[in-house]
Amino acid sequence: MSTIIGIIAFIVFAPFAGGLLSGIDRKLTARMQGRIGPPILQPFYDVKKLLNKEILLINNMQILFMWCFLVFIVFTGALFCGGSNILLVFFVLTTAAMFLVLEASLTNSAYATMGANREMIQMLSYEPMVLLTAVGFYVATAFSTGTGTFNLHEIVDNSPIPNIVYLPGVFIGFLYILTIKLRKSPFDISMSHHAHQEMVKGVTTELSGGLMALMEISHWYENVFLLLVVSLFIICDAWWSIPLAVVVVAAAFFLEILIDNTSARVKWDVMLKSAWAVTLVFGCINVFILQLI
Amino acid sequence: MEFIEFLILFPFLIAGVLAVTQNNTARKTIVYLSGGIIIAAAIALAVSQLVLGSGNAKTWRGEESLIHIVDYAMLAVEAFLMVLVVILSIKHRKYYAGLLSVIGTVLVGWFELSGRAVKGTANLYCDRLTVVMCLVIAVIGSLICMYAVGYMHDYHHHHTEYKDRRTFFFPMLFVFLGAMFGLVTSSNLIWIYFFWEITSISSFLLIGYTRTKEAVNNSFRALWMNLLGGLGFAAAIVLAGMRLNVGTLQELVSYSDKALILVPVILLAFAAITKSAQMPFSRWLLGAMVAPTPTSALLHSATMVKAGVYLLLRLAPVMGGELSGTMVSVIGGFTFLIASMLAITVSDGKKVLAYSTISNLGLITACAGVGSPDTVWAGVLLLMFHAVSKSMLFQAVGSFENATGSRNIEDMHGLMRSYPRLAIIMVIGIAGMFLAPFGMLISKWAALKAFVDAKNIFLVVSIVFGSATTMLYWTKWLAKILICKADTHKVTHKTPGSEWTSLFTHAALMIVLCVSLPISSKRLIEPLLSQLYSKTVSVLSVEDLIIMVIMMFMIFVVPAVAGLFVHKIKVKPVITYMSGINNGDDRRFIGSFGERKLQYLSNWYMVDYFGEKRIWKPAVYVATALIVIFISLAISTLTGGVI
Repeated sequence: MSTIIGIIAFIVFAPFAGGLLSGIDRKLTARMQGRIGPPILQPFYDVKKLLNKEILLINNMQILFMWCFLVFIVFTGALFCGGSNILLVFFVLTTAAMFLVLEASLTNSAYATMGANREMIQMLSYEPMVLLTAVGFYVATAFSTGTGTFNLHEIVDNSPIPNIVYLPGVFIGFLYILTIKLRKSPFDISMSHHAHQEMVKGVTTELSGGLMALMEISHWYENVFLLLVVSLFIICDAWWSIPLAVVVVAAAFFLEILIDNTSARVKWDVMLKSAWAVTLVFGCINVFILQLI
Repeated sequence: MEFIEFLILFPFLIAGVLAVTQNNTARKTIVYLSGGIIIAAAIALAVSQLVLGSGNAKTWRGEESLIHIVDYAMLAVEAFLMVLVVILSIKHRKYYAGLLSVIGTVLVGWFELSGRAVKGTANLYCDRLTVVMCLVIAVIGSLICMYAVGYMHDYHHHHTEYKDRRTFFFPMLFVFLGAMFGLVTSSNLIWIYFFWEITSISSFLLIGYTRTKEAVNNSFRALWMNLLGGLGFAAAIVLAGMRLNVGTLQELVSYSDKALILVPVILLAFAAITKSAQMPFSRWLLGAMVAPTPTSALLHSATMVKAGVYLLLRLAPVMGGELSGTMVSVIGGFTFLIASMLAITVSDGKKVLAYSTISNLGLITACAGVGSPDTVWAGVLLLMFHAVSKSMLFQAVGSFENATGSRNIEDMHGLMRSYPRLAIIMVIGIAGMFLAPFGMLISKWAALKAFVDAKNIFLVVSIVFGSATTMLYWTKWLAKILICKADTHKVTHKTPGSEWTSLFTHAALMIVLCVSLPISSKRLIEPLLSQLYSKTVSVLSVEDLIIMVIMMFMIFVVPAVAGLFVHKIKVKPVITYMSGINNGDDRRFIGSFGERKLQYLSNWYMVDYFGEKRIWKPAVYVATALIVIFISLAISTLTGGVI
């Protein structure tokens, strides 16, 4: 029963939460830059307007792949909230990301293809840490309860204290690649929010109207899912872990916005090397030590 | 058992017939018919074993007088092959290959003739793993032979510089199949060795088909590496026979004292590592692509490299947790990672496939090395998926090459428009290889879980990084195919019907494999594991499998449903954005000097990071050091008073 509630809750509420988060993001960013910023609900107005606009299309297949992207992102979050297997969840996430790459590539557009290539480098950068996060939870549950599990229900129910206690390194590593996944500077190399830059709008260059709206909505779903993964580090079998998780997620979100506003975009090789280094140093060593003890 | 004997002998018989068949039409008929018969026989074997029989393992010893003749016949063939290799190696001044062949053959010959050979309880053996292997070899192998009929016709049409030696080529393909059937159905170690050496030498002959300098060099590289492995095999046979009085593979794996069988097992594993082209022996498989495509397809999918992992999977139950298992899993994990990085840096389609084969076999090897039921489950599944999809992709690239004269992935830019049928085949093949939730996903999943349980952080690191690099090289290939660009010209070349027959059958097989995954896992693979481990094994929960089927369903259904509504969505067709300098379509633009230019979009290859120049040599050194250390450690237990 809780499974079905979780799935429905995610599908229904995630876009609202994601839109709101996006509004808050824009507001905070504006304040950090000394502007007033748009209303909190601005992202919803934007999407509504996009949905009413004409779609400029290069290739019919764009529509198929964009829908695939959205459906798989929603599926990722739904599986997560339904308490499925965390490894499976991450595999579906990767599949979704791949559809975005294909969507951008098949236009044969210079800027979209550049964005797609860079998106692939982003995937290359974050994928090891994402998988290692799943491994981290498995090892942590094995450490605290004796039997490791990838099952999300069991990860939460069998942990007497937040798993972040066992996984500080993995948490740091995940926060690092979260910047890539949330498309925040300095790692926003595949897509920019401002069309006057060297790659125009990267992967989304050739999206318009309703398709762009789909992109925005997918992004909302994805952001909510990612923050839920952050909360998984905190939530355990105790009531106080839930308010604590809310605080930690809010802090992580704020941190990402702060980083976004205080750093300039780096080259792809810096991102790749640093992400892999962080994965090896923080993630792998954390898992290794936990297995040794 | 009659099906097994038939499967071993029939291909050799057909090889003999094909050797004297000059007529193209007659050859085509023979290949088609015998291919069909082989497939039918394998299916009959599967039905008689799994459906009509109980699926229990069956052994077969044979009449003493008959076996005696067979043994001598095998010795004679081995001696003949040795002489052949020696002559060829003297002719091409590659003396080391001849030397290796002589040592191996003389060692086994002496062992047998001096009466030291152990009479095992069985010569042939058939359990569920045998059946699975037979099905893979029969179905994929026969389809490749059928494909070869049309392909070789085209090949000699395009490559008039090479001598048409089809009366040699086709018999060798069938010899290969016969040897593979013998290899997977034998229990007697000496018999397995016999077939093992036949595959080594026939792959050597097939790789050297064109007789160019490069082909000869590469074929000798394949030969010496595999003969070196064969030497390990021979040493393992002699050791197992003389010290443990064990003569069959099954007795070896069920031997009670694991410490005593360590050295024979590690030597067999070494042989398997060379055969499966694991680091540091990967070079031979890369060199093998100079041969016509059917050879590559055969070596990479149904035969040769699969012989290596088959042996490893057989040994898996005794390798888990032992020194041998550690060696195999470390080499496998290392190869998985390194080969997937190298695959990023090359644009030659066949080379990408070669690296991906090495990489995937690395994963299977690692699975076998860990040796838990979960990983072996993953290994068997991976083996099946890999066989179908790799055979299909090689054939697709081969057809592409015959049609356009190039096998470069950059030239596949926009294949979806220029040659849609072939593009769809490739997409299915690639999806079957890596896209969630197909083969790679589940096996990676099971492997990752088992590696974590085994507390092997090195393997975990290999998997997490290796799966990222694997995803990159497949995704960029997929993207290249799917691109739709303006003014694409349709490929006018007509691909022969025999190639399509094989390609479409493969595609259908791939889809059937995917869809039937939950059933085949429950009905076929889990009982297979129970047989290997002599206990009940259950791997993935039903819920997880159902989720995977749902995902697979979505991959097909979401695009289909969206496709139904696409034409109802109001869209305005435009050309791509090019900062306003487009010149007519999405490919031409006005350069800064006002001249018309053609835009070209290339994939990324990251040669500076993962290039062969940068990582190949260190990787070979590391892998060689690892193997030397592990085998020395194992051998030191021999002198350390264990025996």
